[in-house]
Amino acid sequence: MVGSDDLNLNRRDLMVGAGACAAMPAMPGTAKAQPGPDGNPVEFQVSLTVNGKSHTRNVDTRTTLLDLLRENLHLTGTKKGCDHGQCGACTVIVDGRRINSCLTLAVMQEGSSVTTIEGLGQPDNLHPMQAAFIKHDGYQCGYCTPGQICSSVAMLEEIKAGIPSHVTADLLAPVQPTETEMRERMSGNICRCGAYSNIVEAITEVVERQG
Amino acid sequence: MKFDTPAGTSPIDQLKVIGRPTDRIDGKYKTTGTAPYAYERHDAVPNQAYGFVLGSAIAKGRIDAMHLSDARSAPGVLAIVTTLDTPRLGRGRMNAAYLFGGPVIQHYHQAIAVVVAETFEQARAAAHLIRVDYRQEPGKYDLEAEAPHAEPVASDSGEGSGAPHEARIGNFEEAFAAAPVKLDESYTTSDESHAMMEPHATIAAWNGDKLTLWTSNQMIAWGKGSIAKILGIPAENVRLDAPYVGGGFGGKLFIRADAVLAALGAKAAGRPVKLALTRPLIANNTTHRPATIQRIRIGANPDGTITAIAHESTSGNLADGKPETAVDQTRLLYAGANRLTALRLAHLDLPEGNAMRAPGEAPGLLALEIAMDEMAEKLGIDPVQFRIINDTQVDPEKPERRFSHRDLVGCLRHGAERFGWDRRQQQPGHVRDGRWLVGYGMAVGFRNNLLTKSAARVRLDGRGMVTVETDMTDIGTGSYTILAQTAAEMMGVPLEMVNVRLGDSAFPASAGSGGQWGANNSTAGVYAACVKLREAVAAKLGFNSAEAVFADNEVRSGNRSVPLAAAASGGELVAEDMIEYGDLAKKQQQSTFAGHFAEVGVDAATAEIRVRRMLAVCAAGRILNPKSARSQVIGAMTMGVGAALMEKLAVDTKRGFFVNHDLAGYEVPVHADIPHQDVVFLDEVDPMSSPMKAKGVAELGICGVGAAVANAVYNATGIRVRDYPLTLDKLIERLPEAV
Repeated sequence: MVGSDDLNLNRRDLMVGAGACAAMPAMPGTAKAQPGPDGNPVEFQVSLTVNGKSHTRNVDTRTTLLDLLRENLHLTGTKKGCDHGQCGACTVIVDGRRINSCLTLAVMQEGSSVTTIEGLGQPDNLHPMQAAFIKHDGYQCGYCTPGQICSSVAMLEEIKAGIPSHVTADLLAPVQPTETEMRERMSGNICRCGAYSNIVEAITEVVERQG
Repeated sequence: MKFDTPAGTSPIDQLKVIGRPTDRIDGKYKTTGTAPYAYERHDAVPNQAYGFVLGSAIAKGRIDAMHLSDARSAPGVLAIVTTLDTPRLGRGRMNAAYLFGGPVIQHYHQAIAVVVAETFEQARAAAHLIRVDYRQEPGKYDLEAEAPHAEPVASDSGEGSGAPHEARIGNFEEAFAAAPVKLDESYTTSDESHAMMEPHATIAAWNGDKLTLWTSNQMIAWGKGSIAKILGIPAENVRLDAPYVGGGFGGKLFIRADAVLAALGAKAAGRPVKLALTRPLIANNTTHRPATIQRIRIGANPDGTITAIAHESTSGNLADGKPETAVDQTRLLYAGANRLTALRLAHLDLPEGNAMRAPGEAPGLLALEIAMDEMAEKLGIDPVQFRIINDTQVDPEKPERRFSHRDLVGCLRHGAERFGWDRRQQQPGHVRDGRWLVGYGMAVGFRNNLLTKSAARVRLDGRGMVTVETDMTDIGTGSYTILAQTAAEMMGVPLEMVNVRLGDSAFPASAGSGGQWGANNSTAGVYAACVKLREAVAAKLGFNSAEAVFADNEVRSGNRSVPLAAAASGGELVAEDMIEYGDLAKKQQQSTFAGHFAEVGVDAATAEIRVRRMLAVCAAGRILNPKSARSQVIGAMTMGVGAALMEKLAVDTKRGFFVNHDLAGYEVPVHADIPHQDVVFLDEVDPMSSPMKAKGVAELGICGVGAAVANAVYNATGIRVRDYPLTLDKLIERLPEAV
């Protein structure tokens, strides 16, 4: 994803790291969430814009952006699949870039502009990507779907902006929205129902319509 | 309605709505984030508190003490319920492990406490302040080590797959010894996790002694009975509601700890409680598909005729758990006069093994269909032809019992032609495309069709709207849409005039979602209710119901036609009925069939495997909605690629748990792993199955597909791997020298 070239990390290191993370929850004596010195949770005020609407809230500093959206603002379209940045169900668009909202704390989003699935379109006013997912049956149970749709909308913008991926062969030429590029870039969004083949067809249709 | 004679012609056969590739009616909710899943029902009940479940840190033993004072005094904590202050609770339907209560630990991450607090963060922080004194006991965690002590056990998966501990026809040993061409090999499959995207989640609220659970469950009526049994309360005091279920794959067939602990937490806190199992808890706290060790022996004549076939499978489970019924399909799939199947079960202290998508057939065909590929090679016969030679139209164990409809040969012939199977090089390791070694593989898919009763209620209102109510679930399967299509077809209205309400235990009990029985049975239940509603409408409007035609929002007979809505002008008409089955399925075997084809590339230097093309040709009766049915099949094919190439719960055989218990460590296919997938449904109906003439398709798609991939890897490299998943470390040392 965006910014990955800042990290001096190859695929093997990444896999080793992921394996260690996977084993961690089994270890005794992992770090515990710390309340404030008086035993009470530390709260902090945060102001941000969600789907064009301004919100100011006092939030527990441990609250993720995901839980702020779901539990505080009741925007439950953004899903919690793993709470660890492993599945992509919580993907939202923050200041134009897609992120896993479970991996950022709400207090880190002061002044941010967040777009969630509810902001892209509504049942009677669908975003073209939402309509394409319906037409191509790019979902089944629907739980990963908002994340897939937010991710695909932002992913196409990344391609337009010329940001390369692991499968980009020519770093000097404009990046093309090929199926291989899309499959690579969407791989952070897991669909256990296995609608991948249809999702790529849905995104392709949106690309073709955009010309 | 009793279905005990083959279906004749009915309004369903008009195919104005049924059989069309309709977009899902719930699509606009799922794609906009407005479909409510269990944890998201803010509006269901006010004043919800948050629960956090703590799992055991040992796999086997006892808890001597739990130190709660820090947790109790943590900010926001409302209640803590521990396994020590709860007597061991009863078990629900099909639960092998106890979900909660008592000091005994049966498996790692078994639930031992729930903390209820004002916020999620507070409940989580407090849960980590609980200190537990464990007394660990030695356990058995290694299937390979325990397999020699496994006992013969008969089993029924409860999902359409079953076998006696041993089934013998003819004299296998003699025939195998005499066979001119023989194969005797062992195959292993891995422990796998359902890894559905929506974690198990429940909101529980008590109103006096009445309990409501907004939950995520595939089988509402089973769940209602089970939670009542577990909590020791009357079933009529329980209501379950699950209008949307974020995937299940068998992992949500039965009540799990989320529902039990939400209910106990809500009781203790005196407030509604919502909780979800955290992702790292799911693999060990809930169920998984058990690993298997399978031995297959096949003997054949040089012309390819199988004369002897034996399939034995060993798996492990907790006490009261069942074996994986991996040999079931071998009793029905191929001809052969001398046959043997056997199931053995070893005791393991790992988490409970239970149903996962196509239990039995999914791992069974992974093994059998490699064996068939190996046997075809020994015989020098094309693998497609070898299967066709050994096709059977009767139950090989009971030749007087025919298949109701079996066109496996059609699947294979059509598939071979469409895939370009004739371009396959029989000699493995001989096709190069740049750095890739390229191979083709195929396998047969097979899964039984199950008949089970299913009820529904149908309402007609004064606007002519038809509302379907049943406790059927839509777990991604397309239930909303096919039930709406059924009602629209029967009542002669367009799809927009049908509302479907699902997943509420207050509605009539349906077949539920599992074992690929959902679509055929639940639509048949709606069919039955619609037949009654048509009679009520005809009576109200003064028509002879046998002659009345329902079409275009009207009821017609002769030259008289009346708007359908007029029948409800004086008040809503309501009809309820149930489909029940006679013994048609006993008289004839009902199964579904597929030919799976795959092309893979294997990197000549690194052994990285890429699936390049996939095709499934399916024969599964009438396809009610080809669009959503195709999605079921491609999704199952995707999970089959996972089983073939990456999915494996890694067992810590010393400490007794699945180590890779999250979605990074447990690898499932992602976008980059899956190419375009091609699916063809043969145009057929099966009048023996139900008035819908449909059969299941959702699990057929996973059956055999992994073996097609494995056989393609063999064809690409000449390396036969019999130990799933086919990870590159099993190939890399044996790769052919790079040219």
